[in-house]
Amino acid sequence: MVTEDPPALLLQMQGIVKTFPGARALDGVDLDVRPGEVHCLLGQNGAGKSTLIKVLAGAHQPTEGTILMDGEKIEIPHPVAALEHGVATMYQELDVVDGLTVAENIYLGHELASVGFTQRREATRRTRKLMERLGHPEISPHREVGTLSAAGKQVVSMARALSRDARVIVMDEPSAVLDSGEVDNLFRVVEELVEQGIAIVYISHRLEEIRRIGHRITVIKDGRTVGRNLDVASTPTDELIKLMTGKDVEYAFPERPGVPDDAPVRLEVADLSLAGVFSGVSLSVRAGEIVGLAGLVGSGRSEILETIYGARRAAGGTVALDGRRLRNGSVTAAVGAGIGLAPEERKSQGLVLDEPVYRNITLSTFARTARAGWLDERAERDAAKEQAVALDLRPPDVDRSIRTLSGGNQQKAMLARWLVHGCEVLLLDEPTRGVDVGARSEIYALVRRLADAGTAVLVVSSEIPEVLGLADRVLVISEGEVVHAGPADSIDEHQVLDMVMEGSAA
Amino acid sequence: MSEQQTSSRPAADTPKARADHRRGHSIFSGAVGRNLGLVAALLLLCLVGFLTGGDRFASLTNLMIILSLASAIGVLSIGMTFVITTGGIDLSVGSVVGLSTVWASTLATQNLADQYGWIVMVGCALLVGLAAGLVNGVVIAYGNVVAFIATLAMLVAARGLAELIANRRTQIVDVPSFDNTFQGNLVGVPKIVWIFVLVAVVGWFLLNRTTFGRRTVAVGGNPEAARLAGINVKRHLVYVYGLSGLAAGIAGVMMLARTGAGSSTTGMLWELEAIAAVVVGGTLLAGGRGTIVGTVIGALIFATLSNVFIINNLDSSVQAIAKGAIIVGAVLLQQRISAPRSS
Repeated sequence: MVTEDPPALLLQMQGIVKTFPGARALDGVDLDVRPGEVHCLLGQNGAGKSTLIKVLAGAHQPTEGTILMDGEKIEIPHPVAALEHGVATMYQELDVVDGLTVAENIYLGHELASVGFTQRREATRRTRKLMERLGHPEISPHREVGTLSAAGKQVVSMARALSRDARVIVMDEPSAVLDSGEVDNLFRVVEELVEQGIAIVYISHRLEEIRRIGHRITVIKDGRTVGRNLDVASTPTDELIKLMTGKDVEYAFPERPGVPDDAPVRLEVADLSLAGVFSGVSLSVRAGEIVGLAGLVGSGRSEILETIYGARRAAGGTVALDGRRLRNGSVTAAVGAGIGLAPEERKSQGLVLDEPVYRNITLSTFARTARAGWLDERAERDAAKEQAVALDLRPPDVDRSIRTLSGGNQQKAMLARWLVHGCEVLLLDEPTRGVDVGARSEIYALVRRLADAGTAVLVVSSEIPEVLGLADRVLVISEGEVVHAGPADSIDEHQVLDMVMEGSAA
Repeated sequence: MSEQQTSSRPAADTPKARADHRRGHSIFSGAVGRNLGLVAALLLLCLVGFLTGGDRFASLTNLMIILSLASAIGVLSIGMTFVITTGGIDLSVGSVVGLSTVWASTLATQNLADQYGWIVMVGCALLVGLAAGLVNGVVIAYGNVVAFIATLAMLVAARGLAELIANRRTQIVDVPSFDNTFQGNLVGVPKIVWIFVLVAVVGWFLLNRTTFGRRTVAVGGNPEAARLAGINVKRHLVYVYGLSGLAAGIAGVMMLARTGAGSSTTGMLWELEAIAAVVVGGTLLAGGRGTIVGTVIGALIFATLSNVFIINNLDSSVQAIAKGAIIVGAVLLQQRISAPRSS
């Protein structure tokens, strides 16, 4: 990708400093973006990536530093100015309006109009063109955006950027909401945009993705640029991780001690089905065992976990814990029997963000520690503190709002909840989503420690290497059915992918 | 490997985390500041009252008038605080007050009360309130009807039922044991004010010190997280609306004592006054945060405002305008103090 004569820089950010009262969020960040490249912005949670893109989007004003476009200094006092300069930002929470059509969304805020009447036909025509340019002619301009998948919404968001003649598109973890098929699609679109000379600033945790589509990388840590314009092809992974975390880290999975044959079966799921999603799912997890469910988004893997947990009412089949059958469709019964779930969407499904850390940790147990309905907050705090220390929660202060913790530490708090509860079966849905590289190995080690202590763990992940690396046994799910079950070390990523793809092709 | 992991730099040291932490503190100090602000607003009102009304305002008698005025709506507001903390709304409370006064003062009830004592009337009022609240809760939680609509329906229906029972007539209470128990003063303070104090204290403990209160906050803060943590969210919502109905029943008893009669027009538009007191007090309409102290001060502010206007013989229409301004002002202030939440 690196040519002899690199094109002139399109966008430059030099020495960007952003201070908030009492904190320096950015402390001298440099970013050089060439036209027609995918420039990856890498950094741990809290490194300042979000602040940087907000500066670029005009949502924050830099305290110091300059931004140049085509070598000329520009000011971005508000978001509309960013668009005028040709910088469009796609945030993680896509800013599309579900109730409007594709065309209406794309021209939202800059409607094509003459004397106050919207030019619907012209908007439709241009939308159709944009969709063709993005390789998605099948998305009709008249379709309501709410009916599109996450991937479809992303395309709409990109089309909106193009409709404003964006020359730099900033994408904040665009793949986080997509499954692997949709990610392929996204990458194809990104490549086409790059060919047209548009620059993409791509933010992601996932190094594998960066390897696939990135050209150059800027690494930031603690609000500073620590790695500048690194070539994707020639920079080894461990060096990137070292730059991000400031130390040598390997993506390590804990050892598997092996589950003894006489370990009792804790969780027994028989012939479980959920109308229209999955059917005939049977599985068992023994004490001390980690079982992984691999499959694409939409294969039914998350729904399987939620149905076992009682969050969805099964159409048929049974779930039994230590031989005792659980009441169908009752989370309260499942939790009471000793099952815990760390859900996929931590913030929206797992945590009460405005509440302090300790109350989130004791959310399933405060009633148990209470006496006749009176809370025992001291006991709650003590239990939470004990887990905070045991899990190396950072910071260990359990009275602060859980909103302020990083993704990895929020996940630890979720695990702490079930440790306090003392559950026998732990269901983990995407345990490392939004958890940065440094904290991942910690989560893995923690899950293994739980298993070693006798907990039966059932884990779902869209990252196949994670399932294979962490689990003792793997079940491959495709189209709502278990298509393979076996030891995790006797199968590799490609075999799993083959099975998953074949299933979805059938 | 994991040894190296555990030694990695604490996340708290990152600039963003520090900024976040700071923001967490400003929310906390905001909560304190907001209550201080409320107290300041109340004192300011009292000052205006004293300057314009002189001794007619600053007298013990007038203080008791203000407290009596705040009592019934105050009790409603305590119940409403729980409902709003779950992220819901209860529009039916005013009507339910009317219904409970009517039901508890029918000839049949009064005859029974003559035989068995005042407890019959009180029990009747409380049961009517509780039942209406539970119906609201069941329709909302298990029928998946939006709280606004479900309680709007109850508002209309309860008022209609009250009119039907009372035949649109005022029913005078003629039960001496009831009057003796609830009218007049206790240690120089009207008994209905004592009821308000009692309800507020119980409400405070219930919200801040019990599992019920914790569930209320959790359900309001994130219903899905509460459900997935094993809390029976639907059942809890039924209880919370039941509680609000019960508060309306208590307010009904207080109104029977204060006016000496049951009428289907009692409590007209009180739901709005209660909601105003709760919101001005600082409870988040979006749910997840509630304050009983704030609600009590909110109720006192509105009662004092009415009193100041009455003492100065001002038009009640002007008073309504002032109330509206206070509501908007308080909410604007609330938003300023509790800092914008960024993504």
